Amino acid sequence: MVVMCIIRVEHLQKRFGSIAAVDDVSFDVESGEIFGFLGPNGAGKTTTIRMLTGFLIPDSGDVFIRGVNMRESPIRAKMKMGVIPEMGNVYVDLTAKQNIVLSGRFYGISKGELDRIADDLLERFELSERRDNPVKTFSKGMKQRVNIASAIVHSPEILFLDEPTSGLDVQSQRLIKDIIKEMNQRGTTIFLTTHNIEEANVLCDRVGIINRGKIAAIDTPERLRRAFEETQSVEISFDKPIDGSLIGESGMVSRVEKIGDKWKLYTDNPDRLVKYLAKFAEDRDLAFTSMEICGASLEDVFMKLTEAREDAS
Amino acid sequence: MQADDLIHFLRGIMVVTEKNIKIYYTKPPIIIFGLLFPLFMFLAFYLGKEVDFQVFFPGLLAMFLFFISSSVGPLITPWEKQAGTFERLLSFPVSINTIILGDSAAGMIFGIMINLVVLAAGLIFLNYNLKILILIAGILLGSLCFSSLGVLLASPSVPNPSYIMMLSSLVRFPLIFVSGIFIPIEDLEGIGLILSYISPITYLVDIFNYSFTSQSHISVTIDFTVLLIFSLIFIYGSNRLHKKNLMKGL
Repeated sequence: MVVMCIIRVEHLQKRFGSIAAVDDVSFDVESGEIFGFLGPNGAGKTTTIRMLTGFLIPDSGDVFIRGVNMRESPIRAKMKMGVIPEMGNVYVDLTAKQNIVLSGRFYGISKGELDRIADDLLERFELSERRDNPVKTFSKGMKQRVNIASAIVHSPEILFLDEPTSGLDVQSQRLIKDIIKEMNQRGTTIFLTTHNIEEANVLCDRVGIINRGKIAAIDTPERLRRAFEETQSVEISFDKPIDGSLIGESGMVSRVEKIGDKWKLYTDNPDRLVKYLAKFAEDRDLAFTSMEICGASLEDVFMKLTEAREDAS
Repeated sequence: MQADDLIHFLRGIMVVTEKNIKIYYTKPPIIIFGLLFPLFMFLAFYLGKEVDFQVFFPGLLAMFLFFISSSVGPLITPWEKQAGTFERLLSFPVSINTIILGDSAAGMIFGIMINLVVLAAGLIFLNYNLKILILIAGILLGSLCFSSLGVLLASPSVPNPSYIMMLSSLVRFPLIFVSGIFIPIEDLEGIGLILSYISPITYLVDIFNYSFTSQSHISVTIDFTVLLIFSLIFIYGSNRLHKKNLMKGL
């Protein structure tokens, strides 16, 4: 099978004053895949997606959309994509249908065809009954559905979504994830930014992790999931000082860190570790002063993945 | 530019214009600063004074065209940045130039529409030997010039659209008094006369005076040339400043 590269990013750089928001970023996205772009807040995700979608012009480097250079032919490149920006909103003074039709007009879809597509989309996004209501009367989830329907009105080859489920209710989140999967099954390539590891894990074929403007890793979600599990931790403190290496010897802890009077114990199985710690405390006549099970932060995953990459090299 | 690109570009301008007409024509700031403002200024100047309306009408028409055409542009970009629709608009196959020309076209169309109503109302009561082609050309070029001034005024980054409306009033209001509308240019002298030549409205008033009364203080050819130069400067300035402030206010 021949795999085609639909998005090619070459040495992309963007600075805002003295800050390098995106620093020499390069990667490819293959046709038909769901590519997740992860990173903590401020990592450079939105700046990258803004350059990929032609909103920002890079200081250097190039973006190719199906071989079309975004810098040289932005309009032609944009014709191939649908975009749902993080800060993007639909026109609240227009109705749901007017918003979808307006979007379609930018792509030159004929009036009759556009009317049919808009009705189909309204049906698919469960908005048919509210089609003629101004969007200002909609909930956040409904507005996001109008937003996505407007972005896919021209059946784009690539769909860019910047934090598409952020701040939405569960029902809207599920509907949007279903639509993403459905569009991908129909052949649309999806480029998705998120800071939600679980979301990326469920949806994506591959994920790229960006931190401080640089790509830290590009890998499969399975590998990310393993890193995620290994970076869970238990933070604990006792009423008396202890030797942390004793807990490290249990075999359940991959790393031990001392933070003030607390111990941070990294593990892939917090439940087993907590039970072990209870026995450990009882045997040594120690009392817990605090205990907290911490999920992995994106920074932890990023560190884990970078360490693994450095080890490999 | 290839034929396809030109089609996308022109279509983009048309759709942006249509969007602006649907959304912004009925916004309160446009009604207030575009329609009511010149109306009240006219009433304040005209009522209770012995003014020959036949002589005053060309200036009045220019004032209406100026206020109405330039009232749409200042609202759109600040409003869209605040509402979160600006980034979405730029995600469509459009460029900053498409948006600037679409915004200008919306101001132009609004100005022309209202101006034709004022013109028709005036012609019912007044009797002129009109130079119709020059009048039409003046209305078209004047509305382009003033609407692009409106778009230029929208380019600074502000936390609230009302700041731009204040700025636009600050710029537009004084221009009215040095443009031969209330005081004929012949009667101006010194700094007033110099300022009148800096104002684009002066040249439109002169075109309208010529169209209605066959009397021109400057020269119609110069009037058209200067208005065209002003229009190009405003469009070019809008392009540069909107690009510079693209990210600000998002």
